[in-house]
Amino acid sequence: MLSKRIIPCLDVKDGRTVKGINFVELRDAGDPVELAWQYAEQGADELVFLDITATHERRGTTIEMVKSVARQLNIPFTIGGGIRSVADAEALLNSGADKISINSAAVMNPALIEELAKAFGVQFVVLAVDTKLVDGRNMVHLNGGRLITELETEDWIRRAEGLGAGEILLTSMDHDGTKNGFDCSLLEKVAESINIPVIASGGAGKIEHFTEVFLKTGVDAALAASVFHYSEIPIPYLKQELKKHNIPVRL
Amino acid sequence: MIGIINYGAGNIFSLTSALERLKLPYGMVNNEADLEKYTHIIIPGVGHAGTAMRKLEQTGLVGPLKALKKPVLGICVGMQLITAHSEEGNADMMNIVPVKTRLFNKDQGIKIPHMGWNNIEHKNNPLFEGVENGAQFYFVHSYFIEYNPIFDIAAANYGMPFSAAVQKGNFYGVQFHPEKSGIAGERLLKNFSNLKQ
Repeated sequence: MLSKRIIPCLDVKDGRTVKGINFVELRDAGDPVELAWQYAEQGADELVFLDITATHERRGTTIEMVKSVARQLNIPFTIGGGIRSVADAEALLNSGADKISINSAAVMNPALIEELAKAFGVQFVVLAVDTKLVDGRNMVHLNGGRLITELETEDWIRRAEGLGAGEILLTSMDHDGTKNGFDCSLLEKVAESINIPVIASGGAGKIEHFTEVFLKTGVDAALAASVFHYSEIPIPYLKQELKKHNIPVRL
Repeated sequence: MIGIINYGAGNIFSLTSALERLKLPYGMVNNEADLEKYTHIIIPGVGHAGTAMRKLEQTGLVGPLKALKKPVLGICVGMQLITAHSEEGNADMMNIVPVKTRLFNKDQGIKIPHMGWNNIEHKNNPLFEGVENGAQFYFVHSYFIEYNPIFDIAAANYGMPFSAAVQKGNFYGVQFHPEKSGIAGERLLKNFSNLKQ
């Protein structure tokens, strides 16, 4: 049976991981390679790197980081942030990334999804969507939730599937950072309306939130950052708990 | 030493990285003469099976590959290339293992692509030596190899049973990505490198 995936998310800038991370054994918390390796050892099923490098000129450091990670890591990983063209994506895939995720570039230019799917196959194209409730409607937002768009979240996701997105990474900006749990009602609607995998993101604070999202919705994976970085939820323990609820996991 | 068929079907950085981690030496096979240099051959592959087959044909390696007596391992689309036919692009494949590559049927209530970790039931083939039955491997594919008990050496289930690994003589194929499948995948690559002619 296909396992539900647990995915730690790491922010990287200029080839270094940012945000406080406090693994005890870690020699260098800013080294994405060492961190990625730790997560793989703990039983993470996949990793997502979000590149927040500000300038396009520094992309070279990101490529080198992707290569270093790919050399050491024996599980798949996705890289997102700053990908605006087929050439951007190709450089990352050729450096060993398994998937690339696109967000605002796809909103600005939806044809990019189609171009990427044609060039590399749908399985390489993850569409990241940041959503926020505005007057009772779930609207796609950009720039970490600061900029509203005209797109309704569910419509946009269905359209993206048609264009060739292979997976949806859906982050609820209303839940993100609250640690009050995932947005199960939206995730359930989205997972039911499309036929590609969905990664739930935003709101994980305790183990019950992961159990809840897998039991109540049809999502395929759950992503979180701080609860893993600060070892608030050790991954092996999380997976044992999920298993107790008959949620298929890789142990 | 392992020879990797270099026919331009997707990136092989992850595969070569895994071989390096395992300290398994490898080189590239660009033409027929190169095949002689290696004891084991890997056919990698990502993307579209029909396109991959056309690219492989352009290298002139199809005939020489089929005639090989040394261990050959097809990975993902590389496995699909050794089957008879793929529904992807309605294309004839190398027909080394007479089974078909078919598209998953979403009417069975499954999501496509089949993406993630799935467990396999293997038949104690040397390729899986030391790999626990029920171990999980990482899959990413929309097309699958139909289950055939004659050639199947490991089966997985996604809406229906399909072949996660096949064997016919010295030819092996795995649908999952051993280079991305943690310790189990690394063991499988090691086992392949230890197969005798």
